Amino acid sequence: MAQREAVIPATTTRRLWTWFHRLASPRYFYELAGRLIPWFGWAAAVLLAAGLYGGLWLAPPDYQQGDAYRIIFIHVPAAWMSLFAYVAMAGAGFIGLVWRIKLAEVVARACAPLGASFTLLALCTGSLWGKPMWGAYWVWDARLTSELVLLFLYLGYIALDAAIEDRRKAARATSVLALVGVVDIPIIHYSVEWWHTLHQGPTVFKLGGPSISLDMLVPLLLMVVAFKLFFFAMMLVRARTEVLEREVNSAWVREVVGEP
Amino acid sequence: MTPKRRRRLIFAVLLVSGIGTAVALGAYAFRQNLFYFYSPTQVAEGDAPRNHVFRVGGLVEKGSVKRDGMTVHFVVTDTEKSVPIVYTGILPDLFREGQGIVAEGRLNRSGEFVATQVLAKHDSTYMPPEVARALKRAHEREAAAARAKLAQEAARAAGAGGR
Amino acid sequence: MKSFHEFITMGGFAFYVWTSYAIFAAIFAWNVIQPLVHRRRVRERLARRLRRMQP
Repeated sequence: MAQREAVIPATTTRRLWTWFHRLASPRYFYELAGRLIPWFGWAAAVLLAAGLYGGLWLAPPDYQQGDAYRIIFIHVPAAWMSLFAYVAMAGAGFIGLVWRIKLAEVVARACAPLGASFTLLALCTGSLWGKPMWGAYWVWDARLTSELVLLFLYLGYIALDAAIEDRRKAARATSVLALVGVVDIPIIHYSVEWWHTLHQGPTVFKLGGPSISLDMLVPLLLMVVAFKLFFFAMMLVRARTEVLEREVNSAWVREVVGEP
Repeated sequence: MTPKRRRRLIFAVLLVSGIGTAVALGAYAFRQNLFYFYSPTQVAEGDAPRNHVFRVGGLVEKGSVKRDGMTVHFVVTDTEKSVPIVYTGILPDLFREGQGIVAEGRLNRSGEFVATQVLAKHDSTYMPPEVARALKRAHEREAAAARAKLAQEAARAAGAGGR
Repeated sequence: MKSFHEFITMGGFAFYVWTSYAIFAAIFAWNVIQPLVHRRRVRERLARRLRRMQP
């Protein structure tokens, strides 16, 4: 009995490993991503339209902030995705660094411009929200400062990547930078709990459930899912392009590029 | 796992944990500076700087706001201690009694905080105005019921004591 | 929203709300257009290179 139990997970693990190895093969990844991108992209577009309609038109104004709170529907998804993209980038960089899987290096690099965009968007919308509500475009509290540091981490990553000619060496250097910067992620997340900040605490994920009414929460969650799908779609587009560039000497790329 | 991979893995893990520890220690050492504002309790206990600019944050005490032209006097509290504040200028839209605010300025000789800037700190609750009104009404009813119950119990206790 | 006018004025916060959404639209548009343009350029470059290598 005990023996059988041990055997089953072993085969599952092996199957997972085979799948993982196949996924890591550039050609398999290129084809799979090519099939996934339209699904992710169009789903993101539909959810984005629904979220915007729900957030800008259907949702009621807030009891304190009136219509100014509607910035939340892009600010919060952008801020969450700025963290998610960084964790994805550093995670892929870690795999690339330890196991030298080329595909992981490609994925890590593809996350950077998207993550930087989300961070910039979160900072700009936060600033435009802060002025009418707090009374200032910018304050140096822990939440805002750590998010600004995240933008500089992304920009540093992109600059370092551009400065090194050799792709493998660039991947190694940028992955180390990404791993060093990981420390900023929990700081951003917990800053509103660890220190007195002007920025308010969490709304959606907290003890006792979300403190936001349902007709506001639904469009917010639609936007969150839309942002995530958008990230995956465009990250895969970027990664596919780089796979082509890196694998230019293999026969399948010649076939792909040769196609009209 | 090959020794090479294990070496790289150890390098990556040490890198992350090393930087993490360094930043955690740094944040602990400078934690005072990481507070965007001091609470009225910290001010009362003398933790806030005496002779230079700092920020104080808390709730605007109900009934404490007195306007005198462009100058506003109000009291900020963290429900334990409070700090009187005087400010001249335009207040943010969200400034009202019971609202969280952060004021920047310094203490004068008489212990009043002379603010040069007042920022509103809004809470993380979002709801339509009708819901907020309904909640407030329900809250008031609940409070009234609780008061009535307390009075009743007090009366009963007094009655029992008298007997 | 009760009317189109209310939607446009955003209760007096039109500048902040609509500037935010404009920045959002611009950043998203750039994130769609840039990778697609880059992809086309790379494919053209690789195709040229392959043609040169094997005429």
